[in-house]
Amino acid sequence: MSSISDSNAPSNISASRTAAEPKSPAETPASKPASSAPQPIISKPVQAIAAKKPKQDRAPEDDRGIWRINRRSFFSVAGWAAFFVFLGTSTVATLRMMFPRVLYEPPSAFKAGFPQDYIVGEVSEKYKDDYRVWIIREPDGFYALSAICTHLGCTPRWLEPENKFKCPCHGSGFRRSGMNFEGPAPRPLERLKISLADDGQILVDRNVKFRFENGDWTKPDAYLKYST
Amino acid sequence: MFKIREKLQQTEVWKSIFRHNYQDTNRNRALQVVDNVWLHLHPVRISRHATNLGYTWGMGGITFLLFIILTITGVILMFYYRPAAEYAYEDMKYLMNDVAFGPLIRNMHRWAAHAMVITVMLHMFRVFLTGSYKPPRQFNWVVGVLLLVLTLLLSFTGYLLPWDQLAIWAVTVGTNMARATPLLGHEGPFGAQLGMHIDNDIRFVLLGGTQVGPPTLLRFYVGHCIFLPIIASIFMIVHFWRIRKDGGISGPTSNGKE
Repeated sequence: MSSISDSNAPSNISASRTAAEPKSPAETPASKPASSAPQPIISKPVQAIAAKKPKQDRAPEDDRGIWRINRRSFFSVAGWAAFFVFLGTSTVATLRMMFPRVLYEPPSAFKAGFPQDYIVGEVSEKYKDDYRVWIIREPDGFYALSAICTHLGCTPRWLEPENKFKCPCHGSGFRRSGMNFEGPAPRPLERLKISLADDGQILVDRNVKFRFENGDWTKPDAYLKYST
Repeated sequence: MFKIREKLQQTEVWKSIFRHNYQDTNRNRALQVVDNVWLHLHPVRISRHATNLGYTWGMGGITFLLFIILTITGVILMFYYRPAAEYAYEDMKYLMNDVAFGPLIRNMHRWAAHAMVITVMLHMFRVFLTGSYKPPRQFNWVVGVLLLVLTLLLSFTGYLLPWDQLAIWAVTVGTNMARATPLLGHEGPFGAQLGMHIDNDIRFVLLGGTQVGPPTLLRFYVGHCIFLPIIASIFMIVHFWRIRKDGGISGPTSNGKE
């Protein structure tokens, strides 16, 4: 019996043997050095387990988990830590990869030609295909309506003879101002920021939205004052 | 920490999934292998009536048959279909008009997909009527609900692939619901407070952009052909194995209890 295993299972076997058979005096001196060596503080459970043959890959009986660092537990903890760090970072990387950096979508702001190009009373569908925006020319200015139905996001159609926008998906109808009046749409169409660019063209920014129900339509950027 | 774990192990959910503890006894060490679907596919014992093709509608089996049909016809369709916005619609038209037996294969795929949703519903209806969601089958009911969700997701992702107006607008409408996801959607509860915006929320990941476009088509294609079928297959393995573990298809038992 080597000195390394003094505090480990083999010594416990001999210790339990001394406890079980105190009558044989011949064995006692032989096991005395082992039992006098530092023993684990808890003695009862150790003796109970000691009767079983220890498995080869089991940690020593007095192992207190990761808080007492010995060589085996250190490599075990380091290995598992490396594994979970790898797993975590690759999960984060994969998730991040699902968020594209570059979008091949039309820009949110665009120039919509010169104000003189529009006829008073017109609902222009010129920019509907590319940007989903109607530009409406009123006697005293312009406003831009988002061509996204407020029900479920389809593109309504402008029906000139009926003077209304009509959504083909579920039949929502909107007045020329954008107010909803029929079908399931819960709120009016959104107006978009409209202004004049430095070169005199109309500039529409689809990122800035004005909602009627929030009282946004009266805000200055929601309507471009213009008179010839 | 250990107390929470102990309490967790006492819950019905835990017990319905893990049916034995980790005491180091010979019996448990055998159970760990025998009760694991990946290590021991076939159950150790099955009751007599479980081998009897009894008085059910066979809807679960039909659903599985349809899944196999969908897998085979789907793979065949992949030889002609390219998931890019320039080609997708043309390839679908090509399949329907000029590919030999193309309409047959595509229609098989289409009708089997419709039928599978219906048979899943009928299967669940039968399971509900015969009370087969009750213990010891409650875990398998949950697996079945997950399979229902996966079936619907497969159906939804496949709907976009023809890339026609119907597909694009249906998916536009469907994915607009994701805007209102709690926490993860930019129009949902607490979404704005958590910094969700149109270009970083759950819908953005789903679509690969702020609107349905070419990246959406590719994402739905990969989900439809690779991701969802594999997940569904894994759950199906567990589902079928569990049926026999839990005493086979439910029916009258010989002793009247069990």
